[in-house]
Amino acid sequence: MRALTWHGKHDVRVDTVDDPEIVNPRDAIIKVTSTAICGSDLHLYDGYIPTMKAGDILGHEFMGEVVEVGPKSTLKKGQRVVVPFTISCGQCYHCGKKQFSACPNGLPADNQDIAMEAYGHEMAGLFGYSHMTGGYAGGQAEYVRVPFSDFGPLVIPDGVEDDKVLFLTDILPTGWMAAENAEIEPGDTIAVWGCGPVGLFAVQSAFLLGAARVIAIDHFPHRLELAKQFGAETINFEESATYDAVMEMTGGIGPDAVIDCVGLEAHGAFADNIIDQIKASTFLGTDRIHAIRQAIIACRKGGRVSMPAVYGGFVDKFPLGAVMQKGLTLKTGQTHVQRYLPALLAAIMEGKIDTTFMISHRMALEDAPKGYKLFHDEQNTTTKIVLKPDMAVAA
Amino acid sequence: MSQTLAHDDAPVTASKTADSKRELVAQAVTINRPAQELYDFWREFPNLALVMENIVSIEALDRNRSHWVVRAPGGRTVEWDSLVTKDVPGREITWQSEGDADVANSGRIVFEEVPGRGTVVTATIAYEPPAGAIGKIVAKVLQREPNVQARRDLRRFKQLMETGEIATNARTLRMLAEENT
Repeated sequence: MRALTWHGKHDVRVDTVDDPEIVNPRDAIIKVTSTAICGSDLHLYDGYIPTMKAGDILGHEFMGEVVEVGPKSTLKKGQRVVVPFTISCGQCYHCGKKQFSACPNGLPADNQDIAMEAYGHEMAGLFGYSHMTGGYAGGQAEYVRVPFSDFGPLVIPDGVEDDKVLFLTDILPTGWMAAENAEIEPGDTIAVWGCGPVGLFAVQSAFLLGAARVIAIDHFPHRLELAKQFGAETINFEESATYDAVMEMTGGIGPDAVIDCVGLEAHGAFADNIIDQIKASTFLGTDRIHAIRQAIIACRKGGRVSMPAVYGGFVDKFPLGAVMQKGLTLKTGQTHVQRYLPALLAAIMEGKIDTTFMISHRMALEDAPKGYKLFHDEQNTTTKIVLKPDMAVAA
Repeated sequence: MSQTLAHDDAPVTASKTADSKRELVAQAVTINRPAQELYDFWREFPNLALVMENIVSIEALDRNRSHWVVRAPGGRTVEWDSLVTKDVPGREITWQSEGDADVANSGRIVFEEVPGRGTVVTATIAYEPPAGAIGKIVAKVLQREPNVQARRDLRRFKQLMETGEIATNARTLRMLAEENT
């Protein structure tokens, strides 16, 4: 089959590799019909995530048709499914608590050592996202082996087009959980840093969960425009001083909750960020964390900090004093995708949530390397790229 | 008057001042299955080849004795006979290697049900790597931190008992076969 493979920083290629097979009894093989490039794939592209190996197949947002099932799978050939990016068993203690992204049973035992050292606990297995999270082949490919297929994948009703439901794999539930973690009360003002796909879904979700106002912060005008379409007020941090603007817009109290949808590669010419970039490029630190610093400083006393954004390693100048002195609550984590799927599918079917506005580009799988470069270089207009393995290559 | 605590409540295997001549390994894992079921799997020692690394064979000699052959570098193997010295069905198994074992070892595995969480499985293994050339081989068999090895084995046990399979990132059966050799 053809698959998008990682070979190093800014080096991804479409290679021919062996087709996947049923390996474990609960497996299914999915023929991919749509797969997206995620903002977090750019962290791999930029070489920020350790434990990648040349030839790794990327992609954790994918859906398709069931073409083969193991003896313990409950799926049927021909069904269309959306596949959560987290590989969860459904039977362990964490799955019992609906903390699906904490499930240890999808992560091969040999792949647990790194996270045990770095974080003190193993993580969940993820598709296409380094060997620390299992080394599983991802979904930017023609076919994918999906473990625990009797538990994770969501069967999509006939007649619902891919573009409407593809984002159930990751970014829609991630934006939703980000808003849920903000513990929104009626009348609240919520500030969202970063208007990429997760940020834009967090904006929509915050309103659905009862926020009176949402303030969206970014520096890409097109992305701010999209946030505005959903009712957010906007701050372009290149035009305005974010803290001053947020404080005045909230009557000096500050936002009731802040959501960091930026993560470890924060942009912007701020002094602390420039120092972080120097440190990251010399390995004195791994993460550039300007957005979360600013969010914590802006958050009102007694407020909530929700952090769906991805961080991998260590940071310094984290404003821990502000967290303590202002009595903030910090909630974060990889998304418990399976927890939200039925309700979010229903919201899509009822037209309460629109996801298709996000897609700026549709490309053939063969053009995926161009897609990565575009998503990396042109973030203003490239909001989301969906790859279609069946699509003809652009001339 | 204040009293001085002789020892804290931490497991002895976490001691910073333990006897350094004897390797002592302990790991605990919580498995969301009944204790009896986990005990039954473990008590059939040949089953353990499914979850432990580097096993060439585990042969049951009789109900209480088993013969272990474990892979070593350079195509060599180390072996020993193991004797069950205490057996509390559904609860605990204790064993001890017999006679001229290549690696003298003893251990205990305890299965303790915890409401709402399944069963806490605690394995404690003591072994004495022999001196000389064989000792070097043993060190290589263990390859890395013995605690890491024990943790991996228990995690595979947990995966098999909870999910019915052992997680692998192999994309094809050929890749799976390569992983297991």
